Amino acid sequence: MRNIWIITKREFSSFFATPVAYVFIAIFLMLSSIFTFFIGNLFERGQADLLPFFNFHPWLYLFLVPAIAMRTWAEERKSGSIELLMTLPVSVGEAVMGKFFAAWGVLALALALTFPLWLTVSYLGAPDNGIIIAAYVGSWLMAGAFLAISMCMSAMTKNQVVAFILAIVVCFLFVVSGSGIVLDAFQHWADNAVIDTVASFSFLTHFESMAKGVLALNDVGYFLITMGVWLYASLVIIEQKKAD
Amino acid sequence: MIAVKNLSRYFDKFKAVDGLSFDIKAGDIVGFLGPNGAGKSTTMKMLTGFLPASEGTIHINDADISKHSKSVQKIIGYLPEGAPAYGDMTVYQFLLFIAQIRELKGKRKHERIAEVVAQLELQAVLDRPIDNLSKGFKRRVGLAQAIIHDPKILILDEPTDGLDPNQKHQVRKLIQGLSEDKIVIISTHILEEVAAVCNRVMIIADGALKFDDTPLALQQKSRFYQSVSLTMSYAADISGLAELDGVDDMEVDRKTGRVTLFPEPGAHILPQVAEHIQLRRLPVEDLHVDQGRLDDVFREITASKESV
Ligand SMILES: Nc1ncnc2c1ncn2[C@@H]1O[C@H](COP(=O)(O)OP(=O)(O)O)[C@@H](O)[C@H]1O
Ligand SMILES: [Mg+2]
Repeated sequence: MRNIWIITKREFSSFFATPVAYVFIAIFLMLSSIFTFFIGNLFERGQADLLPFFNFHPWLYLFLVPAIAMRTWAEERKSGSIELLMTLPVSVGEAVMGKFFAAWGVLALALALTFPLWLTVSYLGAPDNGIIIAAYVGSWLMAGAFLAISMCMSAMTKNQVVAFILAIVVCFLFVVSGSGIVLDAFQHWADNAVIDTVASFSFLTHFESMAKGVLALNDVGYFLITMGVWLYASLVIIEQKKAD
Repeated sequence: MIAVKNLSRYFDKFKAVDGLSFDIKAGDIVGFLGPNGAGKSTTMKMLTGFLPASEGTIHINDADISKHSKSVQKIIGYLPEGAPAYGDMTVYQFLLFIAQIRELKGKRKHERIAEVVAQLELQAVLDRPIDNLSKGFKRRVGLAQAIIHDPKILILDEPTDGLDPNQKHQVRKLIQGLSEDKIVIISTHILEEVAAVCNRVMIIADGALKFDDTPLALQQKSRFYQSVSLTMSYAADISGLAELDGVDDMEVDRKTGRVTLFPEPGAHILPQVAEHIQLRRLPVEDLHVDQGRLDDVFREITASKESV
């Protein structure tokens, strides 16, 4: 536990030692406001909630989370610092968790900094704050799932750009597997059980009710398990590839 | 105490380390010598638990490193090749991070940081990001993190690479100043370094151990060990020199006129030579006893296929 915390602190401050975190947060805030106000028509809807804001999160994360995660392991392997890290009395699992929590913390901070939107709707009407908090938590959980996938992709290569592209591709699959296009493609030849399974892997499906402020156990569980699986996969990959 | 048995490592089909066996005990300062690509770094990576061995075992203080890597890593300080570090951290932040991971706490933590900073003269760059440092400073930061927890076992992969002569001297002093119950393993391809700081030399080539003895024993393998060479101010009759007791061979450099007398194995020929010079009143202006030429021996050992 102590080691995880030390690594988390190191990684977190490293995000802020370089412009990475600032750029990420700035872009996240900019894009989420643009989406919410101009495309989601927050005002015109005439409702005091943040649904348009949260509905865009899967698409925002699709590009932004791979960007913040791409250097996690790729950089470590390229610079050779992984050799230092792995010969300190730290287990691979602790390193994986430490790095994950640091980046997840940056995502939490970015989310928290969208509070002016909340203030806006509170000023305009009387939103249900419980729903908004639940939606924030749900969004953060989904961000964690994006992050675990992206970090795993970063563990697979020394090249950050390759890691970024791989992460977008895999995350994209997880996002669209619930959308109409994909499910239609399955419609013709697969039975309903298969279609349901494919749909049940979709971030969109699981985020749908979360965005409305419903934290159902199976959705929360789904994102937690997704994180666990991909983090474990990165652990295995790093054990295998650390010295290549 | 390090016990290595039949250690091998493959990269795909290529055998980078080939059946190494050796013991290292407390107090040994081992120079790990070998040409580039010999397998020094790979061996060190296995000793520090970074790379798993393909075959063979490593025991450190009786603990098998493949099963107890974490507890073993606590007593090892390691400078990987090229001194990798987290470049966006300042020197101080980096050392603080290492100290925390090394379980140094409170006052002791700050004392140790201050000590290694003083030992490696890092005061001037303490608040500079490591990325912006010169090669020599980076190497010293790497050394500082390796010794910060005062480890029982210190493994340094090319610690003086990129340092200027003064800094090299400083690093050697640092290693010599370590207490005597430690194990130090240094890889290098600088032969003088081995003679200067090590009490044991291991030469590996093509992944296999070719020589394992003291630096003196290495020097003694040289044809030039205890050879006497002399120059004379004008030509004189030197035929008698080759006939002296214990002299095995004589060579004369045609360009410089320098005469070199090679002893029979184990013989000391200086007294005879000196006596002969006096007796014949040879016009000797310079006389020198050679301590052996390490680079010749090194080349011989690493080029030949047979092991010692
Ligand atoms: N990760 C790796 N993959 C493939 N080959 C490697 C790897 N690491 C080292 N080697 C090879 O193993 C040999 C020994 O390398 P190394 O231990 O670095 O030598 P040294 O440190 O003595 O110069 C070299 O031929 C090198 O190319
Ligand atoms: Mg090397």
